[in-house]
Amino acid sequence: MPTSSASRAATFDETGPTETSPAQAVSRLPVSGWGIAASASWLGVTAVSLARDDVGDWSRTATFAYGAAVVALAAFVVSLAGARLGQAGTWFAHRTPWLIVLGLGLALWELVTAKLGWLPLPFFPPPQALLEVYLDDFGKLGASVLASVKLQISGYAIGAVIGFLTGVSIGWSRSAGYWVHPVLRFIGPLPATAWLPVAFFLFPSSWSASIFLIALATAFPVTVLTWSGVASVPSSYYDVARTLGATPWFLIRKVAVPAAMPHMFVGLFMGLGASFAVLVVAEMMGVKAGLGWYLQWAQGWAAYANMYAALIVMSLLCSGAITLLFKVRDRLLSWQKGVVKW
Amino acid sequence: MVALAQQVQHATAGASLEVDNISHHFAIEDRRLDVLDKVSFRAAPGEFVALLGPSGCGKSTLLRLVAGLEPPAAGSLKEDGIAIAGPDPSRVVVFQDPTLFPWRTVRDNVALGPEAQGGLKAKRARIDEVLALVGLSSFAKALPHQLSGGMAQRVALARALVNDPRILILDEPLGKLDSLTRLTMQSELVSLWQRAGFTTLLVTHDVEEALFLANRVIVFSDRPAQVKADLPVDKPYPRHRGDPDLAELRRQILGLLGLDATW
Repeated sequence: MPTSSASRAATFDETGPTETSPAQAVSRLPVSGWGIAASASWLGVTAVSLARDDVGDWSRTATFAYGAAVVALAAFVVSLAGARLGQAGTWFAHRTPWLIVLGLGLALWELVTAKLGWLPLPFFPPPQALLEVYLDDFGKLGASVLASVKLQISGYAIGAVIGFLTGVSIGWSRSAGYWVHPVLRFIGPLPATAWLPVAFFLFPSSWSASIFLIALATAFPVTVLTWSGVASVPSSYYDVARTLGATPWFLIRKVAVPAAMPHMFVGLFMGLGASFAVLVVAEMMGVKAGLGWYLQWAQGWAAYANMYAALIVMSLLCSGAITLLFKVRDRLLSWQKGVVKW
Repeated sequence: MVALAQQVQHATAGASLEVDNISHHFAIEDRRLDVLDKVSFRAAPGEFVALLGPSGCGKSTLLRLVAGLEPPAAGSLKEDGIAIAGPDPSRVVVFQDPTLFPWRTVRDNVALGPEAQGGLKAKRARIDEVLALVGLSSFAKALPHQLSGGMAQRVALARALVNDPRILILDEPLGKLDSLTRLTMQSELVSLWQRAGFTTLLVTHDVEEALFLANRVIVFSDRPAQVKADLPVDKPYPRHRGDPDLAELRRQILGLLGLDATW
């Protein structure tokens, strides 16, 4: 059958031969069996939620049940549409097994908390409690997200720029290295959080102190890796550029920096991880806003549903930031990929 | 007429080179390693001079000095009578490795010189012309990792030629190519040199390559390098690889290099 082999080729192009998911074998059928199973598992969530009354007093059980039903319906429709959806269909097909597992997990969670009450409260709230947080505490949670994002972006950007400039300077100039190197060695390995008490009385506001700490946590790995990147540029690159009439400034901008770029991105990645840790700690200790503060506040009131809800948002933000960084890297470093050879 | 026109072009395009009593050494740990010992020779404008010698004798060091990448320990170097003080785009080097910048496309690699000298806009047409000259117009947007060894070396050559050098310095540019590509590129080099008329300095340890390409072959001794012989190759181009006179010269040169027993 020519159509089936064509669609198989398309599937391979899409995800690569190494990551074939179990669902892909079935996605070529007009109706995806895995999609139907996913639909069923989310319908199961609805069924469990509506089967009997809650053990505790939860206000959003019905919303939760119908929400799951909407997911089930959507999965069902997409499964019927199958191959006609093209790329979106492939995207969905690749993720259906996860959708099934998520549905089963949610149903189980619902069962052992709200329906059977096997897990102790307030530590283990049911899923509808988290939904309640998202729906009813939207304002406060949203404001916290905004505060965190603002703080993170400001601190990270400052740290990345300072790290980049310092790294290039000490990688390029021997005398800059002489002065900066010992300082870097003395301050760098110290966890940025150790500066917390000092930073909070040295800086006029807890916000500026946090910016300083996040920038510090970011700048160290960015500096070290930019420096090692610049230092490892082959001298033949400089020879070539010099014989073509390059000035030192040209050598830095057009040879050293692009050649060091792969190292720099490792530094930016490490800096991102370190800065998340500092952000949360800073918000818990001093800043009166942000997700870290929200977590602290929720714990103080034993509002564990709020805590879990905030943790999920935080995790999505962090992984989103890393995904974004990787996307930028893949774009800028596309020249590294050695695929086609003539 | 044509010959005259070519000669005129040669006189304006190529620069003369004077290498006068050049000595050079490196410090390796605490020891002093002498690489060049009172080397002197001259290259007339538009001449093609091959420097031949055993591996590691210091030929490449001499090229770095001529390029102005390093100052010599003793002696003087002059381009058209003016002392060489540093690198200059009038003397461009093509190294053994193409050393293309992997993040730049073929075209952007070729444009490196004009960009570094600040004359990118004025040279746009020249860049396309040179790309066509080395037969890579259709690869202008390719990245270096997509090229074969021969193609990469052609890009390196184009990157040098786009600056219209007066002295082209070739440091075993064909050394790492397969033998077929190498023969093709030797012929291409000859016609490029004949057309543009730059003075050419070629380091090689391939005797046949030197004889196929050069007006003169300068043979160096082992390190520290001294000029052992300066042999004119009076043969018109294009040359024939099986030419009996060239075979005789080859025998003579191999003898100077201490390899006569095998021939």
